[in-house]
Amino acid sequence: MISPLIQFKDITKSFNDVQVLKGINLSIHKGEITAVIGMSGTGKSVLLKHIIGLVHQDSGKLLINGKSMDSRPKKGGHLFSSQLSYMFQENALFDFLNVYDNIALPLTETSKNPNSIVIKQKVKTRMQELGLGPIDHKFPSQLSGGMRKRVALARALVTDPKVVLFDEPTTGLDPVRKKKVHKMILEYQQQFGFTAVIVSHDIPGIFDIAQHIAMLDEGRIIFEGTKDEILDSHNKTVNAFIRGEERCVSYEIGLEQPKG
Amino acid sequence: MVVKYIEKLGGLVLYAIGSLGRITLFFISGLTQVFIRPIQFDKILDHTWFIGTKSLFVIVLTGLFTGMVLGLQGFYTLVTFGSEAALGSAVALTLIRELGPVLAAIMITARAGSAMAAEIGVMRISEQIDALKTMQINPIRFVFSPRIVAAMISFPLLTAIFDVVGIFGGYLTGSLLLGINRSIYMDKVITSVQMIDIVGGFLKSFVFAIVVTSVCCYRGYYAHLAGDGGFGAKGVSMATTNSVVQSCIYILIVDYIITYFLV
Repeated sequence: MISPLIQFKDITKSFNDVQVLKGINLSIHKGEITAVIGMSGTGKSVLLKHIIGLVHQDSGKLLINGKSMDSRPKKGGHLFSSQLSYMFQENALFDFLNVYDNIALPLTETSKNPNSIVIKQKVKTRMQELGLGPIDHKFPSQLSGGMRKRVALARALVTDPKVVLFDEPTTGLDPVRKKKVHKMILEYQQQFGFTAVIVSHDIPGIFDIAQHIAMLDEGRIIFEGTKDEILDSHNKTVNAFIRGEERCVSYEIGLEQPKG
Repeated sequence: MVVKYIEKLGGLVLYAIGSLGRITLFFISGLTQVFIRPIQFDKILDHTWFIGTKSLFVIVLTGLFTGMVLGLQGFYTLVTFGSEAALGSAVALTLIRELGPVLAAIMITARAGSAMAAEIGVMRISEQIDALKTMQINPIRFVFSPRIVAAMISFPLLTAIFDVVGIFGGYLTGSLLLGINRSIYMDKVITSVQMIDIVGGFLKSFVFAIVVTSVCCYRGYYAHLAGDGGFGAKGVSMATTNSVVQSCIYILIVDYIITYFLV
């Protein structure tokens, strides 16, 4: 059996007195698109931020290629971290930089020669591949939501990452654009061969592109499997969630008052 | 009851000391990044233009009116002792030693310091700082280091301009309006100002540059931890307000400490 690229082992995480992750066990395999689904506020983004090191677990282990991430060197040499890219929910583009500079930023800021032709060519190539040709001098505020997503994706892909993490990439988009973003992720994943982890509650859209699906509920992974397996699942919470039924809406996500 | 107040006061003092320590560490980590290659010349130039050139108008205006008021007040005070001829000395020394560095720093805090805190605060709440971390870019190097260098360049220059314009303002009221001999006014300015006064003024403005930039950038950088329910836009507004208020307080405290050692 092939060992997973990223493995969560009994990971817990609390913020103040609230335990968000209550012992996460999850495997992410190389070259696959893994979708992490679940209701808002269940800790999906927190889980994703563990992989890139923006959040650190209270207990448990995060294994990358079988090696614990706790043993990462603190200064420099983040070998795995440099192979990761993160696409934020709200894109996190720099509003004071134009499209070209936003995409080039991960290269220019880490290179000894920020004005090198190699960087320029790489950025131009990515922009062409993502259909961003004529907008290099525009600023993020001058772009549509879909275009901004593509700029964010171009920035995430410009470093040729091995793993790309997507935090709710379709939030705030209309159904047509949602489909386009999903299609775009699938196309580029196939083209560049990266491993993708997508946090989403866009059901059933995400099922069309994910080879592996994990559902997070109340801080625990309650399902892991393929699209067919989740659709055939007998777990009541899973079923209720993917069908959008009211029973899975609890007071914990802020839409209902606690009873009693 | 009394114990409660003492506990509260102690808590505040500890918070202030802790906060000062954190700002100092923030400054040190930003300063060390300044010397790491590649040197960020473009960004330093951009921020020098923003902090320096764009503050020029407000500095000239404040300097002019401060000098004019000093000329008026100084004249009517000195005339009672029959020593109005010393107006040039009074205006020049007051400006170069004290008012120039302090008022210029406060004006730059109001114009550029608040903007720094707000801009970095917005970067924090819109996850741009987290985005830098995910790209293996040191956020402190990116947002703070060029600003501290730009401030170290801009503050002394703006203070020098404030002093010169202020002395000219004193000349306008003292000589042109109130009739003090021009040559005497200028002669008193030249003869009374020593190199130690100028160096002291520059030293103050240099230290103020460090204080203002460190406080404003630190407050913006940690806008999400502002507390008191201040998250999002409210967190940024609180960070901006706190940065300006704290900078002004620190300017006055540091001014006293430096003056104590200079006199």
